[in-house]
Amino acid sequence: MTYLLNRIFSGIIVIIGISIFSFFLIHLIPGDPVRMLLGQNATNEEVARLTTYLGLDQPLMVQYKDYVVNTLQGDLGTSIKTGRPVLTEILERFPETMKLAAAGILIATVLGISVGVISAQYKGSFIDKLSMTFATLGVSIPGFWLALVVIMLFSVKLGWLPIAQGTGIRDLILPAMTLGVLASTMISRLTRNGLVEILSNDFVRTARAKGLAERMILIRHALRNALIPVVTVIGLQMAALLGGTVIIEQVFNWPGLGTLAIGAISTRDFPLIQGTILFMGVVYVTINILVDFLYTVIDPRVELSAKGGK
Amino acid sequence: MPSILKVKGLSTTFSGKHGDTTVVDGVDFELGKGEILGIVGESGCGKSVTSLSILQLLGKKGESSGVIQFNDMNLLEQSEKAMRGIRGRDISMIFQDPMSSLNPILTIGKQIGEMIEIHEEASGAERKLKVIGLLKKVGIPRAEEIYREYPHRLSGGMKQRVMIAMAIACNPAVLIADEPTTALDVTIQAQVLDLLKGLQKELNMSIILITHDLGVVAEMCDRVVVMYAGQVVETADTRTLLRSPKHPYAKGLVHSASLVSNENKRLNSIPGQVPLPGQFSSGCRFADRCEYVLDVCRRSQPSLSKLDKNTTCRCWLYGSKEAVQ
Repeated sequence: MTYLLNRIFSGIIVIIGISIFSFFLIHLIPGDPVRMLLGQNATNEEVARLTTYLGLDQPLMVQYKDYVVNTLQGDLGTSIKTGRPVLTEILERFPETMKLAAAGILIATVLGISVGVISAQYKGSFIDKLSMTFATLGVSIPGFWLALVVIMLFSVKLGWLPIAQGTGIRDLILPAMTLGVLASTMISRLTRNGLVEILSNDFVRTARAKGLAERMILIRHALRNALIPVVTVIGLQMAALLGGTVIIEQVFNWPGLGTLAIGAISTRDFPLIQGTILFMGVVYVTINILVDFLYTVIDPRVELSAKGGK
Repeated sequence: MPSILKVKGLSTTFSGKHGDTTVVDGVDFELGKGEILGIVGESGCGKSVTSLSILQLLGKKGESSGVIQFNDMNLLEQSEKAMRGIRGRDISMIFQDPMSSLNPILTIGKQIGEMIEIHEEASGAERKLKVIGLLKKVGIPRAEEIYREYPHRLSGGMKQRVMIAMAIACNPAVLIADEPTTALDVTIQAQVLDLLKGLQKELNMSIILITHDLGVVAEMCDRVVVMYAGQVVETADTRTLLRSPKHPYAKGLVHSASLVSNENKRLNSIPGQVPLPGQFSSGCRFADRCEYVLDVCRRSQPSLSKLDKNTTCRCWLYGSKEAVQ
C-alpha cells in the first residue's frame, strides 16, 4: 500500500505543478493578453471590461487563489469564444478522444504483442527480421504522413472508407488504425526482445524439465514476465493518446480534445487552453498511477522493492 | 543390482557458427535401481550436458547420438511429445541455482502444482492438498502459507527444497540433481543433501548426482563416474575411488579434495586446465596435465577398459587398448 500511496502523492504534486504552469501561461505571453485577444481596434473601455471579467486586474496571488478554489469546485472558467463553461466543452469532446484512444490502443496491443510473440518464436528468421524492420520504420514514420497515406489508399484510391465526416465506427477505423499501427511498433519490439531474454532464463529450463509443451511455456511462463515492461509502455501510450492525439485528430477532423486544443490556441481562448492543459495533465497522471497499480498485480516483486529496496 | 538407466556411447554435439563441437564423446554408464550415482569432474568436462542429454533438453542446437535405455526404450529415439511425458513424471531434474530456477511471478503452489497438472489427473483441491503434502515432506515449515508465497520471499535453501518438492511430485524413477548444493551456504548444503538421501530411500528413487565436490560424493554416492573432457575416465564404487583412485585425473581430484591429509598442509591442485571442446588432441585428453605421461599417451587414445567387476578406467597405465575412433 505504501507503494501506491507514494505514487498517488507524487501524482498530486505533479498536478499542482501543471496547475501553476497552466495558470501562469496567460501571464507568460508577451504584451497584454486582453489586447491581443480583442485585436488592435478594441477601445480602452472594452479592454478594461474584459480585464475585469477575466480577473486580470487583481494581484497575482489573489488570481491564483481564485483559480485554485474555482478549479477544485469544478469550475474551469468560461470559454471566451463560445461563452460556455470550459469543463462542459472538454467533457463533450473527451468521449470522442477516449473512443479513438481506446480503439488505437486495442489495435496497438493486439498487433504489437502478436507480432512480438511471433518474432520471438522465430528468432533470427525472415519473419523476425521483416517485422523488426517494420518496427524500426514505425518508430521513425511521422503520424501525419502515415495518416495521409492511409487516407490516400483506403479512401481516395480504394474508396472503402469515408474521409473525415462523422464519428461512427466506419469513420473510426482509419484514425484508430493509424494510431494503432504506429503505437504497435514499440510494443512489438519490446515484447520480442523481452521474450527472447526471458526464454533464456533458468526457470524456462525448469518448465521444460517438467514436461511442459513449448506453447505453454511461452504463454504461462515467458509472456507474463516479458509483458511487465510492455504494460508500462502501453500505459504511457494510452495516456499520450488520451491527452488528445492532436495531429491525428486534426488530419482526420476528429472532434476530440486535440482539435479542441488547436481551436482554442488558434483563437487565443485562454480559459479553454488552461482548462485543456490541466485536464490532459490530470488524465496523464491518473493513467500513470493506474499503470503503477497494475504493476503490483502482474509482478509480485514490485510491492516489496518499494518497502526499502530489499 | 538391476539397472534402470543405461547410457551407451552417448555423444552430444552442438552446432555453431564455426562448425560443430562435440562436448560429450562416447559416454557409457549405468544407473542401478535405488542407486545414487555421482558424476564428478571439473567445470567444462561435460557433466551437465550429459544430464541434459538424458532428458533431451539441449535446445535446437544440440544433437545427441548413442543409446539411452530407460524402461526398454531408447530415449534418443523418442518423439518430443513422448519425451514431454517422460520429463518430470519418470525422470525429473533439479538444477544448480534455485534462485533463478523458479519463475518469479508465479506462486510456489502454482509451480509445484503445475507438475501434477501436467502428468496426473487431479482436481484443483486434490492438487493443492498434494502440493502442501509435498512441501511438508521436503521440510518446509508453514506449508499452507508458503503455498501462496512467491519465490522472492524464500531463502536459497528453501527454494531448493521447493525445487525438490517439484521434482518428486510425480514419484519419478530417476532424479537428476545437477550440482544441487553448489549455490547454497555450507550449512544448508548438508541439510539439502540429507533431505535428498532421505527421499531417495523413502521413494526408492535412483539419483544421478552431478557435482565437482568429492565431499558430497563421499557423503551421498554409491558409485562414481569420473568425467574428463567429455569422456568417462573412471567408474568405481565410491569407497574404492576415494581410497585408491586409478586414473591419474581421478588421483588428482582425490588429492586436491584434501580428504587425504598430507604432510606439508598445502592444498593440492592439478596443474593446467580442461582443454576446450574442439581442441582435444588425438591422444589421451589428460596427457598434457598428467604426471605419469608416456609416449603412447600423446600418440593414441586409450579405451575405457574393465579392471574388475566394478571398476573401469581409461588409461594406458592400466592396460587399456587403443580406442576405436
